[in-house]
This record gives sequence, structure tokens and C-alpha cells, in this order.
Amino acid sequence: MNKIFEVHNLSKIYGPGCPQCIDSTGPEADTNLCPHCGSVVAIHDVSFDLFEGEILGVMGESGSGKSTVVKALYFDQEPSGGEAIFYDSEKQYDLFALNAAQQRWLRNHRFGMVYQNPNLGLNFNISAGGNIAERLLMSDLMDYGAIRERARALLQRTEVLLSRVDDLPKNFSGGMQQRVQIAKALATQPPLLFLDEVTTGLDLSVQARILDLILEIQQELKTAMIVVTHDLGVIRLLTGRAIVMKYGRVIETGLTDQILEDPQHAYTQRLVASAL
Amino acid sequence: MNATPQMTTGNAYNFGFLDEYAKKEVRRAILKAIAIPGYQVPYASREMPMGRGFGTGGLQLTLSLIGPDEVVKVIDQGSDDSVNAVNLRQFIEMTCPGVSSTTKTAKCTLIQSRHRIPERPLTAMQIIVLQVPYPDPLVVVEPSEDKRKTMHGEADYSRLLVKLYEDIVKFDEITISHRYPTRINGHYVIDPSPIPRWDVPKINDAAALTLFGAGREKKIYAVPPHTKAEPLAFSDVPFRVEDFRDATGQRRACNRCGCVDSFLDEFISDSGDKTYQCSDSDWCDEQSLHAEQPQGEQA
Repeated sequence: MNKIFEVHNLSKIYGPGCPQCIDSTGPEADTNLCPHCGSVVAIHDVSFDLFEGEILGVMGESGSGKSTVVKALYFDQEPSGGEAIFYDSEKQYDLFALNAAQQRWLRNHRFGMVYQNPNLGLNFNISAGGNIAERLLMSDLMDYGAIRERARALLQRTEVLLSRVDDLPKNFSGGMQQRVQIAKALATQPPLLFLDEVTTGLDLSVQARILDLILEIQQELKTAMIVVTHDLGVIRLLTGRAIVMKYGRVIETGLTDQILEDPQHAYTQRLVASAL
Repeated sequence: MNATPQMTTGNAYNFGFLDEYAKKEVRRAILKAIAIPGYQVPYASREMPMGRGFGTGGLQLTLSLIGPDEVVKVIDQGSDDSVNAVNLRQFIEMTCPGVSSTTKTAKCTLIQSRHRIPERPLTAMQIIVLQVPYPDPLVVVEPSEDKRKTMHGEADYSRLLVKLYEDIVKFDEITISHRYPTRINGHYVIDPSPIPRWDVPKINDAAALTLFGAGREKKIYAVPPHTKAEPLAFSDVPFRVEDFRDATGQRRACNRCGCVDSFLDEFISDSGDKTYQCSDSDWCDEQSLHAEQPQGEQA
């Protein structure tokens, strides 16, 4: 299997930072707030690999830094340190060494993101089709007919009624908004997709259908995904491998089944016991 | 550079109203704007003895470029005789002694215009200055100027194109009537002042230098001569200029001169009838003269 993503020692500190920040935060210290300088160590020393067509789960409680990981990799937030290498067929990119225009190019052409809050991923003042068109236009497709056809095909694939392609997403239900977001993320057929709490806040039947859709897409397009969630059900259903985070550190990593059946870290044991 | 004031008799103003340092600063901004076609160069817009929004940006450009042997034409919506044009012309005449003014496009060397580019093609010896209310085409999609600057820098205009897409979805055509976003020299997209779509092709590969001045927004930008200016459009939905055909498909003619290839203004008479007339009054005069004197003596 081809490696698609390699992340080394990713870290993000909010605040001035001091030499004691790292030692005085983390699961052992039971906080991510440095008592010396007041900085928040959102993530520290996060490393993982991702292979083609694989779904990697990132789980942990709120504030554990799991969203910060994908936000840093999707260039929404600049990390304080670390390295991420993206392997794209023949080429490889050192993500944080690229300039802003190159980062934007990767983001628009090769990555896709689905946010928990559709507000972040969609422009509610333009139609569902327009949202998808935006991403296609970013990747320099300039033919109106082709854009329209592609938008319709994507919405059909994600099971949005075609009669609503020109409606504003703010008039859609939460599940439909997520479907439009997924369609938008898939518009450029990216090899890598970030899913940040995509089913949180949706009702169970809608959740199940969205998860089904994600699995189908993964099998059809062989898209690699990083799924961030606190929902162990989602982790169990979607992911093959998972990492568990607490206070910005990775405390456990391995095959999903292994983690859920035989958790090693005390926190993971508690997490699994509470949910299953 | 010589920055000694050029005092003239008659009134106490420096030649061209602005002091020499102010003119120098504006000229430097102009040079930068020409060097980077379509880039909005910030400059220190001066207070002028008229309200911002009445053409102060264009006027500052004109006053910085003007020399004693200049022949100036001032247009407002195609007409030399509307209040704004007359007042600006009088101001220029008062503060720039020796400068002559004209209404003839063919005779002028410097044109200050609001909302129109003359119908007669400009020559390499002419400069046209356009007054601009809103210089940034991205303002409709991005409120933060900081982000807009990044977007311009990276030539990221996809959100403007989404607006065109939405227009076609809703109305089957692009509904922007004026200020049509236009890509200059393959990179920066400009707001070409509120000229109608009709005039946008005139700045493409033009012989004359086109300058844009936004006084309130403190920006100067330029389309140098013989520079590519492409209106944004889709490959299968091309840019179109205004359509002046009537219900029967006949191209409407100017009521006064009979011209069928100029931009027309619509007038509604007291009886409620619609009549059409050239928007460019000098062009209309010229065409009328041609009609009267078929031998074609130049006006």
C-alpha cells in the first residue's frame, strides 16, 4: 500500500509558550494549560502515517486537540511545530514549507474537508450547486455546462434531491447540509478527505445514512480519510486504525478493533467502558 | 525633482490646485500602477474642495498629469454638459491657467470621465482618467480588505465567478450591468469603474492609457496601452455587451444622429414614449454633422 500522509511531531501552542510548557502539561499533568505561562498546549508531538484508501480515526474528549490536528493539516490553523508530508502520486509536498499559494492549491485540488458545523464549510448565501461550483472554479474548471453537470452528479451521488440544487443550503435540514458539504469536498476527487465530527448533532437514522455514504465513497474512490470524532460508534464503523488523544497528546494508537477490545491506557479503558 | 510651487497670477492656487509634493506622490502611484497592470496602488488621497464621491480621485489624477499645453475634456455619463462635468471643467480651467478645454474627443489629450469611455477610439497620444467609487471587485464577496489583498495576490477570483454562476442559474444570463469584473494582463481583476459592459472591450488592447482613481477609497490603478483586459466569463457562456435590439430584433438607432453602433440612453417623453439617443454627446454631434455634410468635413 502506498503511503499518502506522514505526520511527525505536530504541535500547536496557543500563547507565548515557555520552556516548561511541555513538561507541565499533558495527561500526566491532567491539563493542557501551562501553569507557568498560561499557554494552551493544544497538541504536542502528534505523529502518524496514513495509507491510500485507509480511514484513520482520531478520538478523544473535547479539548483533547483532535480537531486542531485536522485544522493544522488543512491549513486552517498554522501549527507551532512539526512536519507533514503529503505523497501525491509521483510528487511529495512538505505541507508547512509551502507558500500560501501552494497551500491553497493543495487545499483546493487535493484535500477535502467536512466540518461539524456546515456554516464553516458552506456559503449559506449561495445555492447548493453554487457551493460545489465554487470548489470546481477554484480548480480552474471554467465551463458553465460542465460545472453544472458535475455539481448535479455529485449531489445525486450524495443523495441530495436534484430539484433542490439551486436552493440555498440554509433552507436544508442538517443531514442534507452535511451531504452538500460532502459533495463539495468530493468535487475535485481529492485523494485525502478530512472529516471533523461529521455526524455529531444529527439524529441516528440520518447518522447511519451519512456513515454509509462515507464508506461507499471510500470503497468507490479509494479516498483516504482522517475522521475526527468522540463517537466510538463512528470509530468502530468507519476506521481501520485509530489514535486516542488526551490533553493534546497521543496516548494510544493501533488497530481500531484492538483499541476497542483491549484498551491499554487507563483513559482509553474508561472511554471504551463508558460507551460500550 | 523640482517641487517649488508654480504660483500663477489671478488666484492664489498652485498650478493644478495640488501642491507639487502631492502631485509627485500621485505620479509615483501612477507609475507603480502602470508597472503592475490592474494592481490597486494605495495613495494619500488629498482633500479636494468638493465632496468625496464627486470624482475627487479622478480629479487628483487629472491635476497631477496636467501640463500647461494640455487639452482637457471632461465627461459625465457621456455628456460634456452635465453639472458634474461642467463644474469639474471649470475647476480645472480656474486652477490650471493656460490649459485649454474641449468637448471634442478627437482634439483632447487628457480626458476625465465618469461612467463612460468615448465611442471614438482613443489614440496613443491620449490618456483617459476614470472616476471610481469602489475600486475592489472582491468587495461584494469578501468584506475584509486584508483577505481581499491575499486573494488578489494569489489571483483567487473563484468567488467572483461563483457570483456569475449564480446569476446564470437564476436569470439565465450574467446580470452585471456596469462595474463588470475584468482581468488585466492575466492576473489582477479590476472593477473598471461604473462603465457599462459596452465599454469594457474598449480597454482591451487600447492605444491609450487608462487610469482609474478612487478618491474616497484612496486607490489608483491602471490599464496600460495594449494590455489584455478580459471580462470574467465562462468558456461556454461568453461575455456579452448590452443588446440594443427592439422587440422585432432591429438594432435601435439614435433618435438624433441615426447612429446604430453606439451606446444608447433611454429617454421617456411626457407622453410616455421611449426614445433612444447616443450617450456620448460628442459622438452624436459628430455623427449628425457627418449626416448633414456627406462629403465628410471633420468637425
